[in-house]
Amino acid sequence: MTSFDAIVIGGGHNGLVAAATLGKSGRKVLVLEAAGEVGGAARTEEFAPGFRVSSAHLLNRLHPEVMKTLELERHGLSFGPIAPSVALSRDGNPLTLHGAYGETLTGTSASEQAAWQEFRAQLLRYAGILKPLLARRPPDLGNMSLMESSAFAMTGLSLRRLGKEDMRDFLRMLLMNVSDVADEHLADDRLKGLLAFDATLGSHLGPRSPTSLLGLYYRLAGEISGQPGAQALPAGGMGAVIAAILSAAKSAGVGVRTDAPAMKILIERGRAAGVVLDSGEEIRAKTVISAINPRSTFIDLVGTRELDTGFVRRIKNIRMKGNVAKLHLALDRPPEFSGVDATGHRGRLVIAPSSDHVERAFNPAKYGEFSPEPVMEITLPSLADTSLAPDGACVLSAVVQYAPYALKEGWETGKPKFLKAIMAQLELYAPGIGKLVRHAELLTPADIETRYRMPGGHWHHGELQADQMMMSRPAFGASGYDTPIDGLYLCGAGSHPGGGISGVPGLNAARRIIEMRG
Amino acid sequence: MPKLSSARLTAQSHFRTLRLGTPFQPRIDALMKTNDWYDWGGYRAPASLWDEELEYFAIRSQAALFDISPMVKYRIEGPDGEDFLNRVTLRDVAKLKSGRVHYTAWCDDEGYVLDDGTLFRLAPDRFRLCCQERHLPWLLDSAIGFDVSVLEETEAVAGLALQGPTSVAVLREAGFAGVERLKVFDLAEFPHEGGRVTISRTGFTGDLGYELFAPAELALSLWDRLWKAGELRGIRAIGYTALNRARLEAGLIVANADFVTAEHAIRPDRVRMPDEIGLGFMVDLEKGHFNGRRAIAQARAKGSMRHVLVGLEIEGNIPAEHAIVYHKQKKEVGLVSAAIWSPMAKRNIALASLSRPYGDTITDDLWVEIYAMRELRYERLMKRARIVPRPFIKLDRRTASPPADF
Repeated sequence: MTSFDAIVIGGGHNGLVAAATLGKSGRKVLVLEAAGEVGGAARTEEFAPGFRVSSAHLLNRLHPEVMKTLELERHGLSFGPIAPSVALSRDGNPLTLHGAYGETLTGTSASEQAAWQEFRAQLLRYAGILKPLLARRPPDLGNMSLMESSAFAMTGLSLRRLGKEDMRDFLRMLLMNVSDVADEHLADDRLKGLLAFDATLGSHLGPRSPTSLLGLYYRLAGEISGQPGAQALPAGGMGAVIAAILSAAKSAGVGVRTDAPAMKILIERGRAAGVVLDSGEEIRAKTVISAINPRSTFIDLVGTRELDTGFVRRIKNIRMKGNVAKLHLALDRPPEFSGVDATGHRGRLVIAPSSDHVERAFNPAKYGEFSPEPVMEITLPSLADTSLAPDGACVLSAVVQYAPYALKEGWETGKPKFLKAIMAQLELYAPGIGKLVRHAELLTPADIETRYRMPGGHWHHGELQADQMMMSRPAFGASGYDTPIDGLYLCGAGSHPGGGISGVPGLNAARRIIEMRG
Repeated sequence: MPKLSSARLTAQSHFRTLRLGTPFQPRIDALMKTNDWYDWGGYRAPASLWDEELEYFAIRSQAALFDISPMVKYRIEGPDGEDFLNRVTLRDVAKLKSGRVHYTAWCDDEGYVLDDGTLFRLAPDRFRLCCQERHLPWLLDSAIGFDVSVLEETEAVAGLALQGPTSVAVLREAGFAGVERLKVFDLAEFPHEGGRVTISRTGFTGDLGYELFAPAELALSLWDRLWKAGELRGIRAIGYTALNRARLEAGLIVANADFVTAEHAIRPDRVRMPDEIGLGFMVDLEKGHFNGRRAIAQARAKGSMRHVLVGLEIEGNIPAEHAIVYHKQKKEVGLVSAAIWSPMAKRNIALASLSRPYGDTITDDLWVEIYAMRELRYERLMKRARIVPRPFIKLDRRTASPPADF
């Protein structure tokens, strides 16, 4: 029987980052992946003959510390150009945000451009205040170490450095909704629609829901190539990102086993002692790190018997019902979105014509119905990575909301109706696209749940809202990557700061384990 | 519509009777002479029925009948019953054999006591948990992941305590054949009126005594059966005042009297870990995980528990109820939660909660400040108190097997 210093359950990007970081510290690490290959939602899979795609389709927050610690560039990762965001318009007059989240703006009036520059600078300034908080381990309110308190104090200091007026506005806006904030500054519906979409993407919030601005800050706290708010479709697609992290892990001596679903976390006298696979095989380790969903970790793998009742209550109360569907289209040739140039097609195309439209799309989701006119973000990954589609053909990848996990009528009958609604929207912005479709794959939250083992089909593994952030993420008692079980840690998107391809939970968890000598 | 509203009114009758009757109420009402009632968990319960002094002596020298129906009761059943209760409660339930009872307690995640109570193992997979407070949501949430059912049966099951030296004779006389074979903390089922009554050799008096549980519909016939059989054995109905004296002599604590249960405590420093209320002996760190285990183990390792519950013997004969405890007559170190002049021990006794190190490493020079009302004037008495072991009295007849026949 082999024994490891650490076992990481789940070979998603965070699991791999944690494993690689621990491997580099000299620990003997094993990654267990339930699926046939690693990468989680960032893995690339064939969805139609010759057409491949990954569910995560954009990079906007892979953390520089992760890049540096794992030397990902040395392992072959390059971001390629910063991709623009295009707010599509039915009349063929899109608005384009160039550079890192609209360093320049085309397709709108000069006054709107000026207003945007001022507002963008303000948003980035405020996101910058939160950025260190979203990068570090959340503070431990009970017993904060000197390091933690001084880091916390630095946030206070950077707030002060904003100046009185800015600090007041930062605090005023912190829990506001994105719609009201955007209305204070902007006039262009397309631009406000884009902000509304970005702020609410992946959460059960409409642009007018309180606190929805936080989602936009979360996004803008990410950076690519040192540029806050930037996004990229990396050369070689998302598969290349996973390949680079995997390569870093392997060169750090990490072992990876695929098709090895964990059934149980072994606990002996209140301490994690290893993992039992569904084959019955038992693998022992001093430290177990779960990169999978927190609820699955505690309720299924640890089991309620090893946990306190109050903690079980909190874990079961984590809100994690996804609202996002994923569309993959195999197209005969690249589609043409009205008024969008070639660079735009290589960027991110957003259908969210106004903040009102996003809000209206959200309304039915509250009552278990999908949006009749859904909003979405579209990429054409095969333009950046030609290996993803046969010659001349094209892959379209779209993140579509709102698609409530618990659809009242059930997804079996709801799915074809929702696909129709999505295609109707696409047709409005890219006339003729319907005729190009060779194959369509729509992943509802229920499908995402099954395929990626994400309960609720929620890519953050728990709603990313104020009450489930920082030291409340995923829940009190399991924050800061620690758990009530000695030797068991969390390192996935369900932990602080949250989801997206950032690697931060993985890196922070590994550092915590090293600090705790786990 | 009028029909609906009258149905609603019927369903809302709870506010018309603010204190419910127990299944024994007709018998108790008939015996009630003092009209001295109190509220026990929403039930109308007698504080005394005829004479609290004599009721106390009925416990110590005759047979006292006390209605314990208001006690909260849960029926816990299923293949995982033992595992479930091991996770919820402090003691090792694997050591509790079928047909036995043990006194236990349970804690929240932070290791603070939610309640104490008695656990009856009626069959390998069937338990009854009796306690002071309601815990159904806690028990149901604790049952997640266990093959077990938890049922509230407070109303459905009537309970009687029959305590005192002649109690076994009363039961035998009543025809519960073989009841004398029950050792302390044993239980057995006996036939009654086509149904069954569970009799356990348990009680809250420190005396020879039994507790009987039967379906509510058999309550009155059970009462009558005991009453008739006890006629020549001095059977008397008693109220809580008498019982409270007996339990204090026996050194037993009462939830929300001697300590504040975790879900009732509003002030953060009022909650208590088992070790802080003398229940540390229950904590079994070896049995596997249970609620609060980590917190308790950590608090023990850190030595961070701040309180201790002690028995006090106080000079003089004035009960020191709710008196403040001082060290060297000066420094306030705790509070008396219950105190009486003990007729059996012939001593002035009390239970008190002290702040460590007082009561722990510093045990000498303790005093209690008693305010005695003397014809509309308080006389302040500073009396010396000595920490003494509990129980304050130990009666051989409580544990003698077979019990002596009177």
